[in-house]
Amino acid sequence: MKFLVFIEQRDGKIRKASLEALSLARRLGGGPAAAVIAGKGVTALAKDLAKYGAGTVYVADRDELALYSNKGYVGALDAATKLASPEAVLIAATSMGKDLAPRYAARHDVSVLADVMDLRVEGDRLVGSRPVYSGKARAEVDCGAAKLQIATTRPNVFPAEAQDGASEPKVETLDLGEIAPRAKVVRIEASESRELDVSEADVIVSGGRGIKGPENWPMVRDLQQALHAALGASRAVVDAGWIDHQHQVGQTGKVVSPTLYVAVGISGAIQHLAGMGTSKVIVAINKDGEAPIFKVATYGVVGDLFQIVPEFAKAVRALKHE
Amino acid sequence: MNSLVCIAYVPDTETRIKIAADGKSIDEADVKFIVSPYDEFALEAALRIKEAKGSGTVTVVSVGPERTKTGLRECLARGADEAIWIDATGVPYLDALGTAKALAAAAKGGAYDFYWFGQKAVGPDEGLVGPMFAELAGVPHVASIIKLEVGEGKITAHREIEGAHEVVECSLPAALTAQKGLNEPRYASLKGIMAAKKKTIAEKKLAELGVPEADPAQAKTRWRKLDLPPARQAVKLVPGDDPVAAGKELARLLREEAKVI
Repeated sequence: MKFLVFIEQRDGKIRKASLEALSLARRLGGGPAAAVIAGKGVTALAKDLAKYGAGTVYVADRDELALYSNKGYVGALDAATKLASPEAVLIAATSMGKDLAPRYAARHDVSVLADVMDLRVEGDRLVGSRPVYSGKARAEVDCGAAKLQIATTRPNVFPAEAQDGASEPKVETLDLGEIAPRAKVVRIEASESRELDVSEADVIVSGGRGIKGPENWPMVRDLQQALHAALGASRAVVDAGWIDHQHQVGQTGKVVSPTLYVAVGISGAIQHLAGMGTSKVIVAINKDGEAPIFKVATYGVVGDLFQIVPEFAKAVRALKHE
Repeated sequence: MNSLVCIAYVPDTETRIKIAADGKSIDEADVKFIVSPYDEFALEAALRIKEAKGSGTVTVVSVGPERTKTGLRECLARGADEAIWIDATGVPYLDALGTAKALAAAAKGGAYDFYWFGQKAVGPDEGLVGPMFAELAGVPHVASIIKLEVGEGKITAHREIEGAHEVVECSLPAALTAQKGLNEPRYASLKGIMAAKKKTIAEKKLAELGVPEADPAQAKTRWRKLDLPPARQAVKLVPGDDPVAAGKELARLLREEAKVI
C-alpha cells in the first residue's frame, strides 16, 4: 500500500506525533513512505525525516505558510497527493491534523478513520480501531467504498522509530500558486505557561474535587513536576472555575491514553473514566475507598491526599535522583 | 445575522454502553438521548449573535430518526426560530461525509452568515462533520473555538490548540465549531417550552437529498465491529495510614513493578 504522511511542524520543530504516523506508514507499507511538510523555512527539516521512514519529502516552503491556514496547508497536502498518488494518507490527530483531515477528505469525496489507536492493512484495506463513546466502547472501522483511505492517528500511541543508516530523502518542492485563505491564523497566544498538553503527555497528574480548592494546585503541581507530567483535571473542578478547560480529561474534555495517569482526589464519574480508562498504568489517591476510580486503578491509596501527595512527590524525586 | 445550527442527538454521556445483537452498534433500549453537549455551545453562540444584532434568525437542523425531533424541539424551546428535520428513518448508520452532504443539501439556498456545529458529536467522537460541511458548502471554517468577536463581514475567533490559543481571522459566511468554554448555555424557559410546542418542524427526506453514503455499500467509513474495552485487572491497594510509607511504596511500585518512572 502506498502511503503519504502529513508532517506537522511548529516553530521549526517537527511534532513527535507526525514521526509516529510516519513510522507507522513505513511499517504498514513495508518500506519508505512519501511525506509532505508545509511552513516557512521548513526545507531544512526534510532530511531528518528519512530515518523515520520518508523516501520522498514534498515541501511547501513559503512565507505565507509561516502560520497555519487550513487552505494553505490542505493545499500543500493536495499538491503532494497529485504527485505521490497515495492509496492511504496518515495525519497525526493533533489540533492541526483534526482541522485539516476532514476538509481534505471531503475534497476527495471520502471520510476519515478519526483518532485511531490501532491500524493494520487487510488486503487493499486499512482497518483501524478507535474509541467511541469516549472510550466506553471500541469500534473496528474501515473506509468502506472509499478509494483514498485516510486515517488520523492518536498521538502517543504508536512508536516513533528512528532507523540508522537511512540515506537522505528525495526532496521535491511543491508549487502552490497563490495562497489567499479566507480563514487564517494571525497570532498564537500561549495559554498559561506554554505547558505540555494532556493530549500529548506520557504522564498526567490530574486533580479533582478532593483537592478542596484552587489554592491547593501547588501541591498537585509539585507532584506533576516531580513526574515531568502534564496537569489534568476533572470536569467538576473545571466547571467550578478552579482551572481552565484545556486541562479537562473526560467525555467533554480530552480523551487521553498516557503511560501513567495519577488521579488525585478524583472519584471517577463515568465520563472521566471514559476519558482516561485506556491509560497503561493508573494510580488513584482518594479518601473514599468505594470511589469508582479504584475500579480502573492499577495502584490505589485510600487516605488523606494532603499528606500522601507531598510524600509521593518526595519519594519520586528521591528515586529519580538515585 | 442568520445562523444555521447543525445538531446531533446522541446518547446521554451518563449512558452505560451495551453492544447490540448485530455486534456493530449500541443497544438503544433504555438509552436516554440528549442534544450533544458541544452543540449546546453552538446554539447558545448563535442565539447571542442574534440578540446582540437585534435581528436575524436561528435555524436548527439535524439528521436522524424520528426521535431527533425531540432534540430539535429542545433547541426551539431555548430560543431557535425554526427547525429542519432530515428524516433518516431506516438508515441505521450515516458516516460523517454523508451527514455533511445531507446538511449541506439542506442548507442550500438559505441566506446564512454562520453555520454552527459542536466541535464533535459525543458518541462517534470524530469531529469531522463541521469542516467537511464547510468544504462542501464552499465556506471557510474555524474549528474548536473558545472565544468569538463578530465584526462587519468578518470574525476573530480563538481556537484551542496544544498548550496555546490560535487567533484566527475569517470572512463571513463561515462554518464554526464550538468548544467548551465558548459560553454558558441557557436553559429553556417555561415560556420557551410552551412556544416551541406550537412551532412546526420542517421535514426533508434524506433519500431525496442525493446522499450516496445513505446506502451502506456506498459509505466511506463504516463500523465493522463494536466491543467493550478489556476489563482492567483488580487494583493493588497500598495502605494509606502512614503517608511516608505510602508515598515510598507507590514510587517503588511504579519504578520496579510497572516500570513507568
